[in-house]
Amino acid sequence: MPNVIETNQLTRSFNSLTAVDRLNITVESGEIFGLLGPNGAGKTTTISMLCTILKPTSGTAKVNGFDIVKEATQVRKSIGIVFQEPSVDDRLTGRENLYMHANLYGIPTSEQKSRIDNILKLVELEDRANDLLRTYSGGMRRRLELARGLIHYPKVLFLDEPTLGLDPQTRDHVWKYIKELKEAHDITVVLTTHYMDEADRLSDRIAIMDYGKIIALDTSAKLKETLEGDVIIVKANNPDALFSLITEKMALQKTRIVNGTIETTVRNGEGTLPRIVETATQNKIYVESISLREPNLEDVFLHYTGRMIRADSGREPHGIAAIQRRKIQ
Amino acid sequence: MTELRGLYTLWLREVKRYLRDRTRIVSSFVQPLLWLVIFGVGIGASLRGAVPIPGLTYQQLIFPGIVGQTLLFTSMFMGISVIWDKEFGFMKEILVAPISRMSIFLGKMVGDSTDALIQGMIVIILGLALGIRIDPVTFLACLPVMLLITFGLVSVGLTVASFMGSLESFGAIQSFINLPLFFLSGALFQIQSLPDWMQVVSKANPLTYGVDALRNIILGGTWQPLQVQPLYLDIAVVGVFDLVMIIIGTWAFARMK
Repeated sequence: MPNVIETNQLTRSFNSLTAVDRLNITVESGEIFGLLGPNGAGKTTTISMLCTILKPTSGTAKVNGFDIVKEATQVRKSIGIVFQEPSVDDRLTGRENLYMHANLYGIPTSEQKSRIDNILKLVELEDRANDLLRTYSGGMRRRLELARGLIHYPKVLFLDEPTLGLDPQTRDHVWKYIKELKEAHDITVVLTTHYMDEADRLSDRIAIMDYGKIIALDTSAKLKETLEGDVIIVKANNPDALFSLITEKMALQKTRIVNGTIETTVRNGEGTLPRIVETATQNKIYVESISLREPNLEDVFLHYTGRMIRADSGREPHGIAAIQRRKIQ
Repeated sequence: MTELRGLYTLWLREVKRYLRDRTRIVSSFVQPLLWLVIFGVGIGASLRGAVPIPGLTYQQLIFPGIVGQTLLFTSMFMGISVIWDKEFGFMKEILVAPISRMSIFLGKMVGDSTDALIQGMIVIILGLALGIRIDPVTFLACLPVMLLITFGLVSVGLTVASFMGSLESFGAIQSFINLPLFFLSGALFQIQSLPDWMQVVSKANPLTYGVDALRNIILGGTWQPLQVQPLYLDIAVVGVFDLVMIIIGTWAFARMK
């Protein structure tokens, strides 16, 4: 498969902060490529450079075979973008927004109507197409933005946190549309997210990004396999004591304490679980609960960085807070 | 061709947004009405007989000035669309489109100028309602000149706004620009009777030539003794100002992220 995106030591610094640090990734034609990482990992900066909004400090990248600095206009013609923050004109109707986009991207007038009608059907907005955007819900706006990003038949569609701030049900819908649109238009999708489930559900390959660097890159299944085994979660009355017993006496190195709960990744979950209870009991530590589960991407992230991807499960901004975040630089 | 279509679509957007904003259109009547009726009649009454041109009321003298003032205020205010677009994220959609920054600037500029021109036309109609006599030919002759005046002024507004991060800072800067330009344009008096230093400043003010051009058209021969310069020279000065501001504006948009 040919590569649609290739970066070579792509770097971007803001004063003393290196937001993206010598990035080397390749994205194959036709795949959904997920950039997963916490807020501030450099995902949006990476996408901004690939979309020619931001110039790299050093290094190069090619999108659809065009250099992102020297052939920016060609790159722009090859890509569609759904930004993290809303970027529609809410004083115009859905259809007007799409027509404007079609004109900005030089789509022949004769084709505009049929393309717009088709894409509106695909995102199920044909009934609301002639309403002003300001009357749309958050989910509907997102769908319109997805549609807009595709009218000019881009080779690559960039989605920057496509479901940020949407409720769970709407997120499900948006995921469905992303998959359907990708199939219908045979395009490559690059998406950034800090939601584990989103990366897991959508991506063919996932690059885990932290502090501007890719720390792991593979399919979701392979990434989880690298953890080799199961995760045991133990709640005990003296977690610190049990932690040292598990790491020292039982020699289980992939162990950590997260919010007072011990999590350990082991090869043989079923066999190890009773032994942990045994060790605790022998040392007069009371085990409140213990459970076993398959590793998820959160564990993968933890494994590579030693941190949780989202230290707090902070609420996403809604309403005014979301509006205030929409400024560009 | 793509560039022209992009320019057209951005023009269309500005005009559509403007025409849908009823409040803005209605409120645009108020200020010029106050100037023409209260200020015009009030000062006119206290000046009785002191208007420099025989047979001309003070209201008639300042009418072209108030048209110019409307063009100035509206044009500068249009810069707010840039801040609005930044604030609501729409600017990104435009900035990543595969068209040049010059087309983006020109599309917005011509669109906003069209809106300002409509505001100016509203004031002329208002003038007709107040009994100021303008024949259709004069009215039509005003339009291209008014458009020419707005090009440069809108460019100033857009350029300033492209540097501003918030609506508040734009508002603050605006009042620094608007009032001096207005007062020093000769909109409310003929600049010949000003002290030398003020005349020098007025003559450096591009709006002076816009107002003079409008007076040359609307007041015709009556204005000739007091004109700053002939109409064609006024138009030339305004044209050069437009050109310079368009170049600066394009540059300002090119550096916008």
